[in-house]
Amino acid sequence: MIILWTDALIFILNAIMLGLAFYMHGKEYIKRPMQQIYRSKIGMVSLVVLVFFVLIGLMDSVHFKATGNKTNEIISLLDYWATPLREHGEKTYSAPFATTLYSKEMMTLADGTTQWGYPRLEFGGSHLDEPETQRIPDILQKGLYGFAQGAGLVAFFMVLLWAMLARQHKQFMHSSTVKVVWVVVFVIVSLSYALIYLSAYYHVLGTDKVGEDVFYQAVKGIRTGLVIGTLTTLIMLPMAIIFGILAGFFRGWIDDVIQYIYTTLNSIPGVLLIAASILMVQVYMANHEEAFTSVVVRADMRLLFLCLILGVTSWTGLCRLLRAETLKLREMEYVQAAQALGVKQGTILLRHILPNVMHIVLISVVLDFSSLVLAEAVLSYINIGVDPTTYSWGNMINGARLEMAREPIVWWSLSAAFVFMFALVLAANLFADVVQAAFDPRRAGNE
Amino acid sequence: MTQYIIRRFLYAFPLLMGVNILTFVLFFIVNSPDDMARMQLGQKHVTEQAVENWKQQRGYDLPLLWNAKVQGDEKITKTIFYQKSVGLFLFRFGISDSGRNIGADIQERMWPSLAVALPSLIVGLLVNISFALMMVLFRNSYLEHAGIVLCVILMSVSSLFYIIGGQFFIAKLLRLVPISGYDDGMAAVKFLILPVLIGVFSGIGSGVRWYRTLFLEEVEKDYVRTARAKGLTETQTLFRHVLRNAMIPILTGVVVVLPLLFMGSLIMESFFSIPGLGSYTIDAINSQDFAIVRAMVFLGSVLYVIGLLLTDISYTIVDPRVRLS
Repeated sequence: MIILWTDALIFILNAIMLGLAFYMHGKEYIKRPMQQIYRSKIGMVSLVVLVFFVLIGLMDSVHFKATGNKTNEIISLLDYWATPLREHGEKTYSAPFATTLYSKEMMTLADGTTQWGYPRLEFGGSHLDEPETQRIPDILQKGLYGFAQGAGLVAFFMVLLWAMLARQHKQFMHSSTVKVVWVVVFVIVSLSYALIYLSAYYHVLGTDKVGEDVFYQAVKGIRTGLVIGTLTTLIMLPMAIIFGILAGFFRGWIDDVIQYIYTTLNSIPGVLLIAASILMVQVYMANHEEAFTSVVVRADMRLLFLCLILGVTSWTGLCRLLRAETLKLREMEYVQAAQALGVKQGTILLRHILPNVMHIVLISVVLDFSSLVLAEAVLSYINIGVDPTTYSWGNMINGARLEMAREPIVWWSLSAAFVFMFALVLAANLFADVVQAAFDPRRAGNE
Repeated sequence: MTQYIIRRFLYAFPLLMGVNILTFVLFFIVNSPDDMARMQLGQKHVTEQAVENWKQQRGYDLPLLWNAKVQGDEKITKTIFYQKSVGLFLFRFGISDSGRNIGADIQERMWPSLAVALPSLIVGLLVNISFALMMVLFRNSYLEHAGIVLCVILMSVSSLFYIIGGQFFIAKLLRLVPISGYDDGMAAVKFLILPVLIGVFSGIGSGVRWYRTLFLEEVEKDYVRTARAKGLTETQTLFRHVLRNAMIPILTGVVVVLPLLFMGSLIMESFFSIPGLGSYTIDAINSQDFAIVRAMVFLGSVLYVIGLLLTDISYTIVDPRVRLS
């Protein structure tokens, strides 16, 4: 097993989240907003979608060296399970569920004559003898079979859970939110089962210019999107929280210095700062090639750098919010009382100020997530995003947009990136709204 | 007032100095000029002489911060930091790595950027505010809920897809406007329609939501209730009271980005091949032209600082409660 830098940070992030959840569990002040989230159908549905994406991302974050392979490359658990997808490369473009290539070429027939036509794909639909007539019934049959498998699995667990919990938690099992969540889980699992089952026989979303499976690319893009969305916040949070609280609490010259730092950083247009930094990282990597031997390691370092830089450019907004809130909090009676009682300043910060600004932190983390995922695509498009070898939706769009001019158009790469990105960002946006409504004290109690 | 403005101008200086130091660290300390020279000239088979020549042409052959070889003041002035910083502060951006005058390029390319960005901003503002007002007018109805859902959906689509989709459907399939390009004078209009349209459309989701929250905050205030109580209709209250008071945050939000409009939009300009500053920056990034990127970073910060100043001034003009001191 090999732990890349981003993997390690992802695991640390998960550990922190679990720790926080454990710590917060049962705390009275956290119960009310949690219940509000839990009661909201939109919130729970988007949470299920997000969890589904996160699970895929986590599977893609367990890396190890492929055994029994000459190339000795680093692959992830997801790659391992998707080995057929990874290795079933075609020659060039092919449409979703196609059995022939996108472009015509000279073929040698069995009897030795040559013919100008669409050659059959090497893997996609190669089990069919007469693709023209058999293809659609076969797709339907295999799709239904996969769907039934997934549906059966969900139904099994549903019955199991119901049998175990129905008596004690009657209210719980009959609430409408739980029903909606079950329906969503059912649809997601069954559909992904059907897709996985079909992708063993067809290229579900077609293949790209070099014949790589687009479905595989899109699924791999999930991790990149999640890493950018989450690690960036992990990097910026300590800076924003420490600086923001210190500036608001101590005021005076500390406040001046911190304000100066964030105004300076803020005054540089974000994209330009990112561009300048990435340029420098490129130069650094080009001059220190020996440190980045493997392609995967190099791409991973660049991804981490991108998160770092995005973090450095995006902490200022949260810092300013926290400073303003701390300025307000330090005049509160309970803080004044603590000061009068001679409580140490460090303790006041940790016990009284920090817990009371956490709702702002939480809201801004979920709000930032979707914009970071979107930013990744834009940055990749202008070549200052992730490494070109990394699978990401931005790179997919970048590669596919030139193909819009072809006739007939190659729409599948673009659509795949669109659908995956849209699903993730929409879920994140909806969830962010629900979290904001639940945790924002100004909006609390309005429900 | 004048005193305040002068003081703000003086405050801008340390800010720009900070930006300058930051870019200096990024461009000259993280990577030495030698590294950049090798990158530019190709990794292998670079002679020492070629690197020296490259550095000399660009004035990178001096020490970074302290020149021990010369006497007196020149110990500080004959350094890369001093030479390059003074150039930036005087807006003498020097020669790009490909040998063109950056200052002249910027002056020439600023106008196409503005031609795209300004109409996008104005039309976008009008559209967003009218939709937001409409949603506030019909608040707590199905129309508003549908509007909110639509906004979230629009927000969740990457701007890249708006551009690609717009280019494909409007320009390629319907052939209403050219796909991309630019022309001088009035002929540019037909090239500008699509970028402006897409720029407006891609901003609707987040814009309408933002203005709606601004309006909703005002709608709940006491003076609005008074206005309704004295018998004004809902539309009258909205336009006469809510809109006018909500204009304060809206205006300040707009003023701060006004100077930055000159910088243009990176993606728009490169997709529509508009010869503005945005595509200039992208070209510089792709050809790794450090001098241009450094100049653009500095220019962007200058414009932002000007924007902040304008915001403060506009506050005093629109909001009589604010007095600058």
